[in-house]
Amino acid sequence: MPFNFTVSPDFAPDHMSGWFYFNTWLQRNLETEIHLELFDSFDEQREEIRAGKIDLIYANPYDASMLVREHGFKAVVRPAGKRDEAVVVVPASSGAEVVEDLSAGVRLATTADPDVHTIGMIMLEPADLDKSNITQREYDTYILVAKALLRGDADVGFFLKQGFDELSDLIKKQMRVLVSSQISVVHHSLLIGPNMQEYSDSLNGLLVNMHNEPKGAGVLESMGIKRWESMSVEQTEFMIDLIDTLMI
Amino acid sequence: MSEKDTGAVREELIKYYDGAERVATIIDEEVAFPDGKLIVSRTDLKGIITHVNQAFVDMSAYSRDELVGANHNILRHPDMPAVAFKGLWDTIENGEKWQGYVKNLRKDGRYYWVKATVIPNVRDGKLVGYTSVRRKPSRSKIVESEKLYSTLM
Repeated sequence: MPFNFTVSPDFAPDHMSGWFYFNTWLQRNLETEIHLELFDSFDEQREEIRAGKIDLIYANPYDASMLVREHGFKAVVRPAGKRDEAVVVVPASSGAEVVEDLSAGVRLATTADPDVHTIGMIMLEPADLDKSNITQREYDTYILVAKALLRGDADVGFFLKQGFDELSDLIKKQMRVLVSSQISVVHHSLLIGPNMQEYSDSLNGLLVNMHNEPKGAGVLESMGIKRWESMSVEQTEFMIDLIDTLMI
Repeated sequence: MSEKDTGAVREELIKYYDGAERVATIIDEEVAFPDGKLIVSRTDLKGIITHVNQAFVDMSAYSRDELVGANHNILRHPDMPAVAFKGLWDTIENGEKWQGYVKNLRKDGRYYWVKATVIPNVRDGKLVGYTSVRRKPSRSKIVESEKLYSTLM
C-alpha cells in the first residue's frame, strides 16, 4: 500500500505541477511508494484526514493544529522565509481609508482558506465588525474575490498576501489594501502522520538539503519554495498555541 | 490617541500581587496599537517572561533583554483593577483560555490598550507555561473597559 500525500487546497494553481514533481522526487529519494492526491476543498480533505487516509500533508497552520493535536501528526519542515499573512482589501473607489471606516452591514468576499479568513476577521475587529454584523460570501479563488470587489458585489475582501501580490497589476490597481497582517510566525508546514513516522528522520535529512542538489533545487523552484527548514516539536506547538489564541 | 488624554505626568506607587512594589512614571498619553500586528509573549507558570516578539519590544519600549526574565506584570498599569488580573490567573491556572481588554504601561510611562488572549501551554499532558497574544481592540471596547475598570478600582 502506498503512503498518501496531500497538499492544503490553498496552494497557488501555478505550482500544482510542482507538487507532482515533488512527489516523484520524494518517492525516488525515500525509496517508497507515495500517492499524491489533491483536493478541491478543505472539507473534502479534512474528511480524508479524519478517516485516517492521509500520511503526509503540506498543511496550512489552521489544519496543522488539528493534525498535530488530534491525529498525532508531527511537523518535519517548513518553507524558509514563507509566512502566511493576510490583507484586507477594498475597491479603489471605496470611501474607507482605514479599517475603522468600515461599518456594520459591509459585504465581505472571502475564501474557505481558514488562516486568511481568521486573520482577516481579526483585522476587522477594530471596526467592531464580526460575523454577526457583516454579510459574507465565500469564493473559490482569490481571483473571484477580486472580481466580486471590482463588480461591486462586495465592499471588502480577504486575500492571502501572496495571492494578492500575484494578481495582475491591472486588477491590483483597481483595489486598495486597507491593512496587511505582520504576524511572521504563522506558516504552512509539512507534517508526517503516525503510520509514516519511521521515515521522519530520513525525510527531514533529505528535505533540508534538497536545495543543494540540482534536481531538488529545480523541483523546489517549481513549487515556489526556496528551501525547506527543519521544524522542532516546540516550534510547532508554539505556532499551534498562537493559532488557538486567534480562534476565540 | 484617546481624546481624553491630557498628557499629564504623575508618579504612582504600583503594588504587585506578590508583595513587590515600585514607583512608576505615568503619562496620560496613548500609543496606538499598530495595524495588522500581534504582540506575542510566553511566560512560565509564575508569569516570568520567556519569549517576546518584536512587536512586544516595540510597543512596551523595553529592550528584549529587559523583558525576558522579568515578571509579566512589568506592564501593569495602575488604572487596571487587581480583580481583572485575578480573573485572568484563576482562569488560566484552571487550564482554560482567557480573553479581555487590558491597558498596558510602557517603560516611558505612556500606555496602550490591547485585546489580550492568554492560553495555557500543555506539553505531554503537563501545563508548562502560558502564551499571550494581543491584538488591536476597537475604540468602543476601550471606552467600555475604561468605564468598567474605573468602577472596580
